Amino acid sequence: MYRIAKANLNALYAAIAASKELYLPVRSAGKTNFAAWTEGAEVDLDTLKTVRSPKDAFFPQSENLYTCDRTDGKISITPEALQEKPFVVFGMKACDVRGVAVLDKVFLSEPVDSYYAARREKGIIVSLACSRPAVSCFCQTFGIDCAAPEGDVATWMAGEYLYWLPQSEKGEALTAELAALLEETDDAAVAEEKASIAAICDRLPLKGLSLENWGAAAADKNFDSPLWEQLYKPCLACGTCTFVCPTCQCYDIKDYSTGTGVQRFRCWDSCMYSDFTMMAHGNNRTSQLQRFRQRFMHKLAYFPANNDGMFSCVGCGRCVDKCPSHLNIVKVIKAFGKEGV
Amino acid sequence: MQELIHRAKSLLESGEVSRVLGWKKGENVFDVEPAFFATAEELENFVYNGFCGANLSKYMIEASTWEGKTLVFLKPCDTYSFNQLCKEHRIDREKAYIIGVGCKGKLKAEKLGAENILDVQGAGYPDCSDTLKVTTLYGEQEVAYKDAMLERCHVCKGKEHQVYDELIGESVDTCDADRFAEVAKIEAMSPEEKFAFFQAELSKCIRCNACRNVCPACSCRKCIFDSTKFDSNQKANTTSFEEKMFHIIRAFHVAGRCTDCGECSRVCPQGIPLHLFNRKFIKDINNLYGEYQAGVDIDAKAPLTSFRTDDAEPGVGRG
Repeated sequence: MYRIAKANLNALYAAIAASKELYLPVRSAGKTNFAAWTEGAEVDLDTLKTVRSPKDAFFPQSENLYTCDRTDGKISITPEALQEKPFVVFGMKACDVRGVAVLDKVFLSEPVDSYYAARREKGIIVSLACSRPAVSCFCQTFGIDCAAPEGDVATWMAGEYLYWLPQSEKGEALTAELAALLEETDDAAVAEEKASIAAICDRLPLKGLSLENWGAAAADKNFDSPLWEQLYKPCLACGTCTFVCPTCQCYDIKDYSTGTGVQRFRCWDSCMYSDFTMMAHGNNRTSQLQRFRQRFMHKLAYFPANNDGMFSCVGCGRCVDKCPSHLNIVKVIKAFGKEGV
Repeated sequence: MQELIHRAKSLLESGEVSRVLGWKKGENVFDVEPAFFATAEELENFVYNGFCGANLSKYMIEASTWEGKTLVFLKPCDTYSFNQLCKEHRIDREKAYIIGVGCKGKLKAEKLGAENILDVQGAGYPDCSDTLKVTTLYGEQEVAYKDAMLERCHVCKGKEHQVYDELIGESVDTCDADRFAEVAKIEAMSPEEKFAFFQAELSKCIRCNACRNVCPACSCRKCIFDSTKFDSNQKANTTSFEEKMFHIIRAFHVAGRCTDCGECSRVCPQGIPLHLFNRKFIKDINNLYGEYQAGVDIDAKAPLTSFRTDDAEPGVGRG
């Protein structure tokens, strides 16, 4: 275990940024989101949840795949370069780190997504324990401990210090690079912080949220339930839940006209959108009920069915906080739990 | 609130309406959701409190296509949107039975630290109090009702319902700010300052479309931003120009029809003050064509869709 005085964090950021890209929670125009660190950026480690999840670091909302260009009658195709520079994502919460494990299942299984794989290889996750979990948090339901986050390095804020524990080879290497700024210490302060977090987690209203009636077996069982008809009604069909989600991984591939060619890019898509998975023959989900059902069935039934029981929700609660109509996955989980269908 | 439930039940039972459009209890006092109720039993979950900010007018577009009348509860400011949608032939007045509900200003849970709220006392209707007692995971706090109100309530359009079949409950005019003060502040900025302001705000946009989908003025059957036939169909901002383009095009499209209901700013997950675009247009329209409030008079000629020979033609010199 190591530690660094909070007052010294800027030196730590500068040291990391000297050789790597550094992404961390930055407050701008009143909201905190992950952004590249720059000298003078307003780093905000106090806000529990960034509006967007940090999944952008590995799976950006929009990224170029290749560019076609026709100049002087010649056509050239330039693939986008893969991530080469190492980067650090600092301050990821336990739920968001698990979110990356969910994305891994999708992008690192055959056929491997080379853009994502390159970012995973070059990316180093420095996680941060949640000192003040929120009412909308339910990561415990998915077996996540926000007091002991996974990641290449785990950190805790306690008193005047940030405590730092390398948990992987990448983490050890990063720690060695920053050795001049970190001092060795014992586990006592972190043990105390963990106990304090655990005490708060025990008081969370969503503690004990049960996934009974969900999982692989729910794929057939819940599909035709009349509950969907009631649940989906207030849905505005916006993409807020999908775009703040750390695990939503669907994307669309689009072309952008550059004037002399085409920039082919991919961007996040939302199963809430009317043209989601639009194909030549039309759309296989034509009503909002079907689209709404798809989102929750994917996270709570289809994904576990295809990934050894792993749910593709991590209980971060961003959708709970942000849905304009206050619909959310917790309400859906509970509705089916109650009915026992 | 009991009076509203009672009245809804009797209208359902008499068969005068086929369903009720209102707000439903959530897990917590503030996460109420817009909902349709088909039976007296379902109405047990009906709620009307300080957190019922959602404007239900837009749901009437779909409800207008259904068999029978829908009882809809509208706050004074919601009735402007309802009228505007009638004017645009998007909803059928005959399909609605409107109960105008009293409003004392609506609350923004975020201003109370939404993510930690366990309970809020004093936000119930009709007996809401001037001070909210908020119980959070990390202790209790008292917040003045006024300080937790939505931005739009500080520029309240008044307690009059513009359209209704009956009224239940008292309203309070909560206006305590100049509606155009923020716009004037931006107008006074230099071009560079304006650019920096909007760049900072709009670069937060995640293109979730919540502003568009909640907007009663955005009721096109197929939005150009959803049509696969145009280059504008993008789900992400490809360039920093595009992130502004989406919002600017939307603001132009709803100009003259926007009632300033404030739903866009209420739902933006990134807290972008989107209403400022619309208010700039409203301010300019007022200055150029005379005072006009969309949603007041459904027979009035709208300034941007009527022509007079003495019309102002901003940007065009007259010889």
